[in-house]
Amino acid sequence: MSPSASVHSAVEPAETPLTPESWGKLGMWIFLAGDAVGFGVLLASYGGMRATSADWPSPYAVLGINLTAAMTFLLICSSVTMVKALEWLGKGDRSKCRMFLFFTALGGAIFVSCQAYEWSKLIHEGLHINGNPWGASLFGTSFFLVTGFHGLHVTGGVIYLVSMIRYVTNRPAPAASYNAVEITGLYWHFVDLVWIMVFTFMYLI
Amino acid sequence: MSVTSASAHAHVEHAGHHELGFIRTYVFSTDHKMIARQFLFLGLLMMILGGLLALVVRWELAWPETPVPGLGRILTETGGILEPSQYNMAFTMHATIMIFFVIMPILAGAFGNFCIPLMIGARDMAFPFLNMLSFWVAALAGVLMLAGFFVPGGHAAAGWTSYAPLSAVPEYTGVNWGQNLWCISLFVLGISSMMGAINYITTIINMRAPGMKLFRMPLVVWSLFITAILLLLALPVLTSGVAMLLFDRTLGTSWFKPSGGGEPLLWQHLFWYFGHPEVYILILPAMGIASEILPVFCRKPIFGYHAMAFSMIAIAFLSWVVYGHHMFVSGMNPALGMAFTVTTMIIAVPSAIKTFNWLGTLWGARIQFTVPMLNALAFVSMFVIGGLSGIFMASTPVDIYIQDTYFIVAHIHYVVFGGSIFGAFAAIYYWFPKMFGRMTNTVLGHLHFWPTFVFFNLTFFPMHIIGVGGQMRRIYNPMQYEFLQHQQHWNVFITVSALLLGLGQIPFVINFFWSLFAGKKAPLNPWNANTLEWTASSPPPHLNWGPTLPTVYRGPYEYSSPESRDDWLPQTAPPVTAAGARRH
Repeated sequence: MSPSASVHSAVEPAETPLTPESWGKLGMWIFLAGDAVGFGVLLASYGGMRATSADWPSPYAVLGINLTAAMTFLLICSSVTMVKALEWLGKGDRSKCRMFLFFTALGGAIFVSCQAYEWSKLIHEGLHINGNPWGASLFGTSFFLVTGFHGLHVTGGVIYLVSMIRYVTNRPAPAASYNAVEITGLYWHFVDLVWIMVFTFMYLI
Repeated sequence: MSVTSASAHAHVEHAGHHELGFIRTYVFSTDHKMIARQFLFLGLLMMILGGLLALVVRWELAWPETPVPGLGRILTETGGILEPSQYNMAFTMHATIMIFFVIMPILAGAFGNFCIPLMIGARDMAFPFLNMLSFWVAALAGVLMLAGFFVPGGHAAAGWTSYAPLSAVPEYTGVNWGQNLWCISLFVLGISSMMGAINYITTIINMRAPGMKLFRMPLVVWSLFITAILLLLALPVLTSGVAMLLFDRTLGTSWFKPSGGGEPLLWQHLFWYFGHPEVYILILPAMGIASEILPVFCRKPIFGYHAMAFSMIAIAFLSWVVYGHHMFVSGMNPALGMAFTVTTMIIAVPSAIKTFNWLGTLWGARIQFTVPMLNALAFVSMFVIGGLSGIFMASTPVDIYIQDTYFIVAHIHYVVFGGSIFGAFAAIYYWFPKMFGRMTNTVLGHLHFWPTFVFFNLTFFPMHIIGVGGQMRRIYNPMQYEFLQHQQHWNVFITVSALLLGLGQIPFVINFFWSLFAGKKAPLNPWNANTLEWTASSPPPHLNWGPTLPTVYRGPYEYSSPESRDDWLPQTAPPVTAAGARRH
């Protein structure tokens, strides 16, 4: 991608870096590596506790997967619109880019709203962070902790995306914001990918 | 980010036209050197508190249940006598503060920030704003940690490892908000470390000056690079873990409480999966510092530069697969214990490679015994003792006998004080001229080093003896056990040595502040060292270099090279073209 190549190290000569990517993109990759460890720890703790528990409830019976499957589909769609936003920016069309960024943020916002609805429904049915009528109390704990941590990431992502709409508008040329939007995309796809894991491990299996 | 580099360039062009105000220069500075100084002051201030807490612990052990001098005003109810709960708080906070708020801020925070851009020839970190945020978030974590001393019920008292369920149920230690603040503070500190790690890794990968190939980087930069990777991948484990612990304490969940179906061992796994890389986070920068200082004062190239870099990488990899050796007595499958014994023994190999390379550097050299060199030599020798006592514990049958005794206390202090703190002192004496533009006082430096070295050994070496004799760690009153009474004189001896060790730090404080304001102005390159930071002025200006970045032509340790009439050859010296033109 020529737009991304033009934004790094354009200022002063440097020793050939290990990667042709911009500083910001590398920084985001590094952050995501650390963040993945955080999610990994939560999921591994969940897996370990579930494997050794005698009375773990059946997740799909308690949680239900219809709504969550729809939410998953929505989040995947928002990843597609993210790709479209970047594609249009690469073609120089800022208004289309902003529109798709908006769709992406909207997808995230609807996802979080559905999650809020799901949480309140489950809490109403008796699933609490420190206990539930179906069995092991850690079932509820791990559910709320993992989906909550992911929900925070989506919420942060929505704020990030909205701020990027502003950023794209304010930059002098479409190419000037390409790198930053690409970095946003990295984060958003990561959040999406993590959700697929969460959905698989916490709802389906 | 392109924005950052572009604005950096703009600053270069307008240097001189542009003055930042007091707040932007000294408080919310984005300059890596100022952030380094801030981390250094944070670490040194916390070191005073951590050290005083250690002396309180030692007083209790030598003269149990007698009034601690100076505490009479604080503990008015008992007239200065420490209660068991307060004793638990003292050793817990001593370790927590020393590890998270002294060694990490000084080695990774201060010298990471100071050395990386200057030694690879960059103008600043990749993300200066993130860098500033990293310090202030760490400072917030420090405030939260200190606040724990003032809440009802006292501060965390479950040991720095905070083993559950002791730490997970407030009633067990009687500490409520102290332990909660401990969790919150470390959570916040984890965020700060992550910001630092992102900066360090990006800077080293992308911002090396022309010619600064990876294998021309000074070893301290290598060590900080690897430390940053460990920080990035280890700290989130603790961050998630303390969040789970906090939920157990406040929301009634039961990750670590057997009563609710939880598993205390899960905490141990999480803690040590973080904790073992953590000890390498504490020691790797000190290894890099020693590798930096030894060649300068030996006037010889470092022995085995590549082996030094690769052994650090090996240590970092292995540090993930040895953590189980902290849990030999926690009820582990013997086959798994055997595996952890083997991996732990293997990690001694790269450590030994480093040690022999340091010895190879010293071999046959005309050593200049300056104050930084003495501290670096102390690092090497003390690390050897700490490393060897570590091998005792790696072996399961021996470990079961000495686990949780003063033997492990001796080991950890030989590695973390003898290793990391001597490394930190070496770094402070070595880089002080560049950091603050003034030389430190040599006489005061010797007055600091020799008592520290002697009393360090007199304090910590006898702990091996009383540990093998059976004295357990975290014990309130050794005299309550008949089988420990015969070695109580050692406890008195250790405490007297520790008090003298504490007094031995006074010359350092005087030296530091006196040199800061009245020290001799430092020349550009007081040690005749090769690395890039010595080509910048002392202290380096904002954005470090003049209009052009330095260009690097050679490795960092070309001392006494036949290519040069001097016994040093800076990294910026171009290769000699006319054969023999610059030879003797």
